Amino acid sequence: MMLRLTSSIYAALIYGFIFLPVFVLVLFSFQASLFPIPPFNGPSLRWYAAVLADKRLVAGLGNSILLALSTSALATVLGFLSAWGFARFQLPKSGLMRGLITAPLTISYLIIGMGLLVFFNWIGIPKSLIAVGIGHVVINMPLCFAIIYSQMGDHQANIERAARDLGAPEWKVLSLITAPLLWPAIFASFFLSMTFSWDEFVISFLLTRFDTTLPVEIWNLLRAGLNPKTNAVGSLVFGVSILMAILFEVFAFRKRPA
Amino acid sequence: MALISNRAGWASVSPALGWTLVFFVLPFAAMLAISFYPQDGSGFSLAAYTQFFASPSYYYALFNSLEVTGLVTAISILLAYPFAWILADVVPERWQRLALTLAVLPFWTSYVVRSYSWLLVLSENGLVNATLVKFGILSAPIQLANTRGATVIGFVHFFVMLLTLTIYANLKQLSPNYRKAAADLGAGPIRSFIHVVLPLTLPGIMVGAFLTFVLAIGDYITPQILGGNNELLMPQLIMMQIGRRGDFTSASALSIILMLVVTLAYLLCARWLKIERT
Repeated sequence: MMLRLTSSIYAALIYGFIFLPVFVLVLFSFQASLFPIPPFNGPSLRWYAAVLADKRLVAGLGNSILLALSTSALATVLGFLSAWGFARFQLPKSGLMRGLITAPLTISYLIIGMGLLVFFNWIGIPKSLIAVGIGHVVINMPLCFAIIYSQMGDHQANIERAARDLGAPEWKVLSLITAPLLWPAIFASFFLSMTFSWDEFVISFLLTRFDTTLPVEIWNLLRAGLNPKTNAVGSLVFGVSILMAILFEVFAFRKRPA
Repeated sequence: MALISNRAGWASVSPALGWTLVFFVLPFAAMLAISFYPQDGSGFSLAAYTQFFASPSYYYALFNSLEVTGLVTAISILLAYPFAWILADVVPERWQRLALTLAVLPFWTSYVVRSYSWLLVLSENGLVNATLVKFGILSAPIQLANTRGATVIGFVHFFVMLLTLTIYANLKQLSPNYRKAAADLGAGPIRSFIHVVLPLTLPGIMVGAFLTFVLAIGDYITPQILGGNNELLMPQLIMMQIGRRGDFTSASALSIILMLVVTLAYLLCARWLKIERT
């Protein structure tokens, strides 16, 4: 009894700590006056209207969505192909090469971004969304590779072999047999990449100038200090992320007929 | 395993390998090279590194980073472990998934926004100060934002969520038979925890601690938004080299030093960090 009581109090405190900033963020996004500080005098939607009227934020949103979709698709395809290659063929120095592909997972985004900045500056590639996209594939591909590679088992190899015996060419085996069998891992890779790309800041910050992603535009808003508009855009981003998480749960963990 | 032709194998791995070589290995080599060549064109020099070790304002940034990261890791584990244990052992089985999902929900706020929302709570007219002044606990607002404490709170908030997830997974993997055996042999809940549960979950805690260390020490946003510029951490120092001074040589050298520190931490924890391969 004592234990249950202590546990409940402790859990309530931790939940309180975890939700406090989010609660304040969302509450004051509905603030009617100019500052997102107590007392609360809403609710008002004026700051949401202000966000939607802000061309830079809307452009940043579009860029972020485009970047998340395209870089995740590329990272997943490259990760899937390489996972398949390493799982199904006995390549020389396979361990070393797999280590190389997963190496970026252990390096901070800041350092990866810095390396790309120095490198692009050196070979004359200008700062742009494409440069950021390259960086996002660098950080997400190792993850896709690791997830898909861990799910490649011998039972799938047997089905692939059967398809080959029946005369299917290699590309058909990959697209009609391997990919559908690994669908949950591929889907998980794509979604995780999307969330990481969507939220990534420092690489985008280093590699863009004017046309940039939403997190960097939000960062630019912060320079103006506390502002309910930042609350509104932050709450919107939170909403979108939660929606993505729910979709992920529904699609990835839904029981499908075998 | 039947081999078709290794040509198909090479064809499927080479795009990923090529990408990693061109956009990860090469940039890293470029960064390493540039760190030895100052931008004034004076040729090979260790100046960027000697500058780091010679000037207190530089190496203090590393000390600050290590202190803050160590503090964050310790506090986060101490807060998250009992919480994860409550979720795994006290909360009824059918509510656990919901309880856990709720516990990591704010994880989904964008990370720039997460730091900003702590600023709302901690700023001079923010929620904490306003509440404390209203109830007469404080006569005037105190400075909470732009301090090391604010940076630590921002980090701990994020890592309590992350560690709760990893420690919970660890506790659930533990077979209840261990605890039953300990109880049969006469150990009370506390002894059973100290001698059985804790040692068995230690590897998981180490993985979580390492992850916390790596992610926190490389983060620029949290200290920049919450800690301000009074006391610089390593990532802030690196960004400052680029932003204010356009000094790629120094930024590269500092990045490499930061990376070496992380590698060193990895080597120190390597025996606990068994990354599973299939």
